[in-house]
Amino acid sequence: MVDQLSWKVGGQQGEGIDSTGEVFSLALNRSGYYLYTYRHFSSRIKGGHTNNKIRVSTKEIRSISDDLDILVAFDQETIDVNHHELHEKGIIIADAKFNPTAPEGCKATLYAIPFTEIANELGTSLMKNMVAIGSTSAILGQSPEEYLEIIRDTYGRKGEKIVEKNMEAIKRGSDHFTELAGGPIDHLQLEKANGKRRMFMIGNDAISMGFLAGGVRFMSAYPITPASEIMEYMTKHLPKVGGAVIQTEDEIAAATMAIGANYAGVRTITSSAGPGLSLMMEAIGLSGMTETPLVIVDTQRGGPSTGLPTKQEQSDLMAMVYGTHGEIPKVVLAPSTAEEAFYDAIEALNIAEEYQCPVILLSDLQLSLGKQTVEPLDYSKIEVRRGKLDPKAELPELDTKEYYKRYELTEDGVSPRVIPGMKYGIHHVTGVEHDETGKPSEVAVNRQKQMDKRLRKLENLNLPNSVHKNVKHEEADLLIVGFNSTRGGIEEALPRLEADGLKVNHAHIRLIHPFPTEELKPLVESAKKVVVIENNATGQLAKVIKTNLGDLDKIESVLKYDGNPFLPSEIYNQSRSCSGWQHLKTFVTM
Amino acid sequence: MATFKDFRNHVKPNWCPGCGDFSVQAAIQRAAANVGLEPQDLAVVSGIGCSGRISGYINSYGFHGIHGRSLPIAQGVKMGNRELTVIASGGDGDGFAIGMGHTIHAIRRNIDITYIVMDNQIYGLTKGQTSPRSEFGFKTKSTPEGSVESAISIMEMALTAGATFVAQSFSSDLKELTALIEQGIEHKGFSLINVFSPCVTYNKVNTYDWFKENLTSLGDIEGYDPSNRMVAMQTLMQNNGLVKGLIYQDKEKQSYQELAHGYSEEPLAKVDLKISEDTFNELVVEFM
Repeated sequence: MVDQLSWKVGGQQGEGIDSTGEVFSLALNRSGYYLYTYRHFSSRIKGGHTNNKIRVSTKEIRSISDDLDILVAFDQETIDVNHHELHEKGIIIADAKFNPTAPEGCKATLYAIPFTEIANELGTSLMKNMVAIGSTSAILGQSPEEYLEIIRDTYGRKGEKIVEKNMEAIKRGSDHFTELAGGPIDHLQLEKANGKRRMFMIGNDAISMGFLAGGVRFMSAYPITPASEIMEYMTKHLPKVGGAVIQTEDEIAAATMAIGANYAGVRTITSSAGPGLSLMMEAIGLSGMTETPLVIVDTQRGGPSTGLPTKQEQSDLMAMVYGTHGEIPKVVLAPSTAEEAFYDAIEALNIAEEYQCPVILLSDLQLSLGKQTVEPLDYSKIEVRRGKLDPKAELPELDTKEYYKRYELTEDGVSPRVIPGMKYGIHHVTGVEHDETGKPSEVAVNRQKQMDKRLRKLENLNLPNSVHKNVKHEEADLLIVGFNSTRGGIEEALPRLEADGLKVNHAHIRLIHPFPTEELKPLVESAKKVVVIENNATGQLAKVIKTNLGDLDKIESVLKYDGNPFLPSEIYNQSRSCSGWQHLKTFVTM
Repeated sequence: MATFKDFRNHVKPNWCPGCGDFSVQAAIQRAAANVGLEPQDLAVVSGIGCSGRISGYINSYGFHGIHGRSLPIAQGVKMGNRELTVIASGGDGDGFAIGMGHTIHAIRRNIDITYIVMDNQIYGLTKGQTSPRSEFGFKTKSTPEGSVESAISIMEMALTAGATFVAQSFSSDLKELTALIEQGIEHKGFSLINVFSPCVTYNKVNTYDWFKENLTSLGDIEGYDPSNRMVAMQTLMQNNGLVKGLIYQDKEKQSYQELAHGYSEEPLAKVDLKISEDTFNELVVEFM
């Protein structure tokens, strides 16, 4: 018995590869297994190799696996491209239709099964996916009946006959494999899961749900990979609570419309990826200058320019920290799991209103699109904090035509906020430097006071757990640092490094900006080496750390920017050698 | 009830003496009072340029945004609080050059706001460069030999983009302009009012006198029917766009707010931000 295994299905895009993975993973999710899935896809609708890698475990997992146990292939390309991931006791089940062959050196066992032929016999080649699932169930020693519930949920609305046909396809696939192999594969028998039902969602779902629960009632956005699911979720759900989503003409409109709606007093968000964020930079400055709350999700993908639209990368960090001209207060929050993304979406809304500034909720493709098991979310933890805004307040009468001091110079830098419609709250809002009532002013003293007021706002931001710390050692050989989705891979590499006798601590940065220097400092100081794991080519987080903690020689970068997420083994090997794939010292200049 | 004086504040505009924008400011203040608004019920959103300052010169909620983006900001304000009267405003460079993408889409989206453009066919605040409304051959600092680009026929473009309210007026005609703004505010949907607002400093061609000579008043055309889109288009083309009055109005089409599925009657800014535990549990189950 094993406590985990990994399974991958591959074929041409548009062939139903995703739904094959979906049915397989949903069934296992309902049996109580922990899952983590990652899709390999291209920026096109039909054609091109695509695959869906699904990891199943009886314990919590948050990373793709190093190797592969079972490969389901609908074409030869899937075998050719993926066989190297299979270990020597791995299994390939492939559609007999294309006369599959195992490439030279591939030690995995190949079974050719007539997926398409069986499906055709049942009436439609579309069901070849279900035949493949049936063969999978036979490998794992599962009863085809374990898929009945999910098949019913997925196809039930098309009629009982379709459900029966799909179940028949699963049974035939199972029988065929059993006949061929003589029974289940011994070393791929999964330990029983506890049957507990948990949520199974992509990071974008979790972010969206957080927004909805956190009071978002309007969204303006422009479609882009890998952020569109957020807009789709809100489009589906916001009307149910009276809200609305507008698909704008571009990201400039998306962000500025969100500013308008936030100014009007409704919690409004927008979401995008790198190219969209580039267009939103002027809006981010406007939000900072006018002290209008604004929450933007940046789901990082491969850059620069159009870059790698469907691939993992973490290269927007600097742009998010420094982006927009001039100087504004800004918060960059980077959750590392889907569960945390839910709570951080709510927190981002609260911070934006409490501090009246832009908040970037930073994600990356692996977190946004990787589907994972999520422990129950806690309704009682949802809170709405609006800071110095009380939309129902009765304001004191003002002298005739005096403006309300919306930008009053306060000790904490945060001024009282009112929204349009409130009597005696009239004031001016402008991106031009302004006085306490919002009227444009170029007076030097005023400029300095308003600038200082805005910039001191975040001094009071005290976010608990701004760094996730896994600290087992007072003095460590290694401190591994990362952000966003690399957390799962690092967590898996840790016990392997410890098994080698290394003392390793882990710090995962949740609050990227303002940087939690004081929280990280003791961990850096007590480590002999600091390894910063990042999916980018220039070590952006390492630079931020050096900016805040000093250009320490012991800080090294482990970088990966080929479009793929880190494997736990890569983190293990690179951290162990402590040298990284590239020494950055030669060109790190801040 | 508020009078137009209640929409005045203590800020002295920094426009040049004789600038057409003064009349636009006065017309907005009068129209707001005439339709029965109180200052706190009105939000004026503006772009960047001389005319962009207008939101600071009216005693109402005012948002002076960024160049070309008055429309998305204004649409956001309206979506956030549908009880507010929202006026977007700016110059021809703001709306028809840098902001043209937003203008076309705001027109076809048909959110219930009023967009007032102060069209002076020149960039004033940057001291005299060509604008998308400058006539072919117009000499400016950026086109010393005369502009070789065609001017945008903005009223015709609005009609083809699906506008439900298209009007044009002239700064000198405060009465008509006020009336058109009132109609625009009361129109259920997006209303575009282009106002010829002469720049006395940098545009020595399209002057007050020039407009008086060249503008045709639609009121003078016998039997002109603003509900007929084809006639509207024809009249515009016959007069090279130089007409004033209500050009076109579609009173039937519903606004975005009325059409948006599920969109709350109560202003979103006032709805409860919490969701019930039952609703939350329904959201959870979707992923199980």
